[in-house]
Amino acid sequence: MKLALKLCALAVIATLPLPASAHKMWIMPSASVLAPGQWVTVDAAVSNDIFHFNHVPLRLDNLVVTAPDGSALSAANAHVGKLRSVFDVELTQPGTYRIAIVNDGLMASWQEDGKPKRWRGTAATFAREVRSDAEGLEVTQTQGRVETFVTAGAPNDTAIKASGRGLELVPVTHPNDAYAGESSRFTLQLDGKPAADVELTIIAGGTRYRDRQNEMVLKSGAQGAIDVTWPAAGMYWLEASISTDAGVTAPATKRRASYVATVEVLPQ
Amino acid sequence: MNLRWMFLLLLGSASPTFAAGIDIEIEIPQIDVAEYHRPYVAAWIEDDARALKAQVFVWYQQRATKEGEGTKWLPDMRQWWRRGGRELKVPVDGVTGATRPPGRHAVHLDATSAPLLTLAPGNYRLVVEAAREVGGREVLDIAFVWPPTRTETTRVSGQHEISAIALELIP
Repeated sequence: MKLALKLCALAVIATLPLPASAHKMWIMPSASVLAPGQWVTVDAAVSNDIFHFNHVPLRLDNLVVTAPDGSALSAANAHVGKLRSVFDVELTQPGTYRIAIVNDGLMASWQEDGKPKRWRGTAATFAREVRSDAEGLEVTQTQGRVETFVTAGAPNDTAIKASGRGLELVPVTHPNDAYAGESSRFTLQLDGKPAADVELTIIAGGTRYRDRQNEMVLKSGAQGAIDVTWPAAGMYWLEASISTDAGVTAPATKRRASYVATVEVLPQ
Repeated sequence: MNLRWMFLLLLGSASPTFAAGIDIEIEIPQIDVAEYHRPYVAAWIEDDARALKAQVFVWYQQRATKEGEGTKWLPDMRQWWRRGGRELKVPVDGVTGATRPPGRHAVHLDATSAPLLTLAPGNYRLVVEAAREVGGREVLDIAFVWPPTRTETTRVSGQHEISAIALELIP
């Protein structure tokens, strides 16, 4: 009976859409190619339609802004609204800035008095808040990176080098050198190593104004390489995720790593 | 053939100065709009691989206004910005200058001085890009071979932000 219930629960879970496909997380800058000394304002939200605020704001707790020299910057005028978060970044240094929300946490589920329990937190709070002998305890590490790139003046690649943690789309072609009709190369990496055979979904902004998502789905090659040919100018949403047990540390037994980038493609 | 350009050609050939080099003409159109700003205009020479070989001129607002530095809008000339504007420390003597009013403007590049002096023989394009605040953007180009073997004039007409550009090669 218990097994039957479990199977039943599994079946239900299997039919539920993954959170990533139901609601899309994104960070969008007001401009991606600017003269030095300017400001950019950035929106961050979780929504159904790409680049329209119609669900909830993206929390800014784990916002990391990396300056062209690799140093960390703090955002100005941060505000979390009902539908979106907003913050500003002053581009005092020439070069490329990486603006990212980086999450690394744990998700646990178990049975208590016959009822399913769920918990989210960090490795630090796990020991305090979750009993390690809980019935049917399953712990998943969740790593997420939602980011975008902005360049003031000439681009550089100090800030856009791979962090080596989680799933990342590492630019080979500079992400602020994307133009309609041209192609950009990226390398998909997990923990700094090529991630082969992983699907990258690309959707142009403005889904509210068309009837179809018109997504492009590309698969990374043996060395993690992905070449994207941009069909038109605009803001694009790029997303990839994987579930793996590679590189998992206790108490987690599984890992889910996701990645989202916003890339602006300019007209010729 | 546009009469105005024919006139210019005649004028050019009758001109007493035959300095070897390149004569560039650009015509900025009169645009009848409520809010008119002079366009930012840049011209450069690029090679077959679209690598920028020479900055010819960059006209932009030199003063800061309450809207900020004039350099703020330089990236609006997107191709120019990409091909080398973003690496250029402005102002540059002999290259950068104030915006120009509607009308024809001439720029002469002398074969005996930079950038033509050091331009390797080969195929090039002169590219002219104009971007107007609250207006449009337009890019025109003319292919040429350097150095020239004979005097030759090429002109290209624009649609919106540039009336026309002309390039005269003088051996």
